Amino acid sequence: MINAKMLRQALPFLSLAVVLVATFIIQPRTMSYFGLNLMLQYAVPIALATIAQMFVITCNDLDLSIGPFVGLVSCIGATLLLDNPVMGVAALVALILVYAAVGGLIQARNLPSIVVTLGLAFIWLGIAVLILPSPGGKAPQWLKSLMALQTPIIPFPIIAAVVIGLVIQFALMKTSLGVIARGAGGNPVALTRAGWSMFKTKAILFGIAGFFGVLSGLSLLGLTTSGDAHIADRYTLYSIAGVILGGGNFIGGRVSPMGAVIGALTLALAGSFLIFLRISPDWQIGAQGAILIIVLALRALVTRGGQVAA
Amino acid sequence: MSDHTSTIRLDGVEKSFGAVRALAGVTLAIAPGECLGLVGHNGAGKSTLMHLLAGTLSPSAGSISIGGETHSGGWTTAAAQTHGVRCVFQELSLCPNLTVAENARVLHASLRGIGWKARASALIMEKLNQIFPKHGIHADDEVADLAIGKRQMVEIARAFTVTEQPLSLVILDEPTSSLDAITAKQLLEHVKRETARGLSIILISHILGEVLSTAHRIVVMKDAKVVADKPGAKFSRDSLVEAMGSEHHTAKIAKAKAAQTAAREMVIETAGKSFHVGKGEIVGLAGLAANGQTAMLMRIFSGRECKVSAPIAFIAGDRQSDGIFNLWSIARNATVRSYGALSKRGLISLSKEAELAETWKEKLAIRTPDMENAILTLSGGNQQKTLFARALSSDAGIILMDDPMRGVDVGTKQEVYGLIHEQAAEGRSFVWYTTEFEELTHCDRVYVFRNGAVTAELLSDDLTEQRVLQASFAEKAA
Repeated sequence: MINAKMLRQALPFLSLAVVLVATFIIQPRTMSYFGLNLMLQYAVPIALATIAQMFVITCNDLDLSIGPFVGLVSCIGATLLLDNPVMGVAALVALILVYAAVGGLIQARNLPSIVVTLGLAFIWLGIAVLILPSPGGKAPQWLKSLMALQTPIIPFPIIAAVVIGLVIQFALMKTSLGVIARGAGGNPVALTRAGWSMFKTKAILFGIAGFFGVLSGLSLLGLTTSGDAHIADRYTLYSIAGVILGGGNFIGGRVSPMGAVIGALTLALAGSFLIFLRISPDWQIGAQGAILIIVLALRALVTRGGQVAA
Repeated sequence: MSDHTSTIRLDGVEKSFGAVRALAGVTLAIAPGECLGLVGHNGAGKSTLMHLLAGTLSPSAGSISIGGETHSGGWTTAAAQTHGVRCVFQELSLCPNLTVAENARVLHASLRGIGWKARASALIMEKLNQIFPKHGIHADDEVADLAIGKRQMVEIARAFTVTEQPLSLVILDEPTSSLDAITAKQLLEHVKRETARGLSIILISHILGEVLSTAHRIVVMKDAKVVADKPGAKFSRDSLVEAMGSEHHTAKIAKAKAAQTAAREMVIETAGKSFHVGKGEIVGLAGLAANGQTAMLMRIFSGRECKVSAPIAFIAGDRQSDGIFNLWSIARNATVRSYGALSKRGLISLSKEAELAETWKEKLAIRTPDMENAILTLSGGNQQKTLFARALSSDAGIILMDDPMRGVDVGTKQEVYGLIHEQAAEGRSFVWYTTEFEELTHCDRVYVFRNGAVTAELLSDDLTEQRVLQASFAEKAA
């Protein structure tokens, strides 16, 4: 017999399968190497932003600045990184360090992460607009060719997403340090009592989030080939939705890296699916929201079913 | 025991939280291989003492020495870890989202690298098998999925696991509170085996039988001090209870004995009739803290599983978190419960509000020049009086009190006690949860709680501290 827990874990995969099959039925031509490549290419930056968000959610915080941050990275990538690679890399490293410092600050001063990152969102956006007042710049050639990679048989975005998911899955769920990261969300007091520093843990988790935010921005730049401060504003909500769609919880250190990647793929596909349905772009965000609500309602039902049975 | 070289030694340790003294100069030594029983009331300072030993709090004065080394300031959790001091805290410290093996890893920094999971599983399972044979727990079980008793078994077993540093002291705070009789016995056997091998153990328990049967030496704490320190064999159950209680029995307040309970009109009655409150009655809820008294108040408040036939007002004990509105004036705070009566067509009558506030300022002698001042300008006792005013000025026939005198000075208390009697005589009913025995003497009837259930019902004539303690410490039916 299938128990509620297994059903719950399978839900992200089932949601993806349903959206995928529905897309294939409506538009059979997508069932090809080229079609999948085109539909899923934006899944890579979304998946990376979702992973970044997931590391923040792991320690019971929320990052409302990840979208503008990804936009800022794309602006730096299209200008500084192209003109002066050394300075460009230094700027990106500095951004990651700021992320880590913010994590430490949130822990040390016991601040609400939502407020801090909401403020940061405007700072990132402001810097990005200063660097690139109107969309423009140019992606470095190596980024463009990396994102346009033609892998044999299976399209590159799928391989990239699966590899990202598996690597993070291993790092967070199987290694001894991953245990500490999840413990920080599960019971911070217990962690402190066992002699671990919550300050360091949170700073490192936020730093990792910053690192994946940088990767997300660069991969997005490789696809769009030019920078734009507002290009990723929607990523904040996408990333949160992806983590939750993938089976994660807002609190308690319960996250699933593979699930988060699957959640990001589902969201990216849902966009294409709605276009094929010829739903006007005005309604698309609402329709995506509806998909999200349906999946979360299903999950709540499964969870409640499990509790009633137990 | 001073002739032994001690494992750990506290010298004149003091700890204060603001104005509250949690420990007032405690000197204590534990010898290797000794099991020290630590008993006392809630708030006697036991938990503070063990947080100091675990390094989660640092002492305001005095020193902690271990193995001859003295630490006056630098005793941290990390230092406690390296010296092999472990604690099983009352509120469990496992991560619910991790598995049993992963929780073992959290405690041991050395469990890392390739194969850490197998080593962690082996370590924790070996201890579990050793302490609780037939425990039925798997290393891959997620802690959240385990029942509370099994979680406690995991936590206890984890405290005894050893990787790099040898163990020197294990502190068990209420370790058997969620264990059944059999597993509790297994644990006490394990404690005896370990002390025989030279490990020191501090056993804190409210189940006196356990302490008497296991501890070599028993220390009794009261009012932040050690009041008795003798070999376990010198104590009996009764002498322990006596040592914990207060020596001076306050003279009973003479009060006009109201009509018998049976004759009163019932205002609260639970489904099973095991709990009832009559009109104009003052009913006390006693027992050790967090044994279901507040839950009972909440049940009455929400009207679940009980019949309530009068409006209710609630007086919070923890005024910072669920009592006062920090940004409001004293008058606002005092009258918020009565806005229904004070308003007309959806608007509050400001003159009526001020009038009501002024009346209760007089009645309760709230010490302020102006009721329009901010609530935070008042002292703690006067803030609490404002909460009393809020409840008493309302139309409520039933007043629920959740240990409302916490941190209130003696003078204020006396004033409020008088007011409660006056109001009860006028037909108001009070349900009063208190952790202080003296306050129970003001009640017509007292229910004693243990583990969420009523274990005794005492009429004011039969009320003695001994009887309350006996009922609070009622042994589990084995």
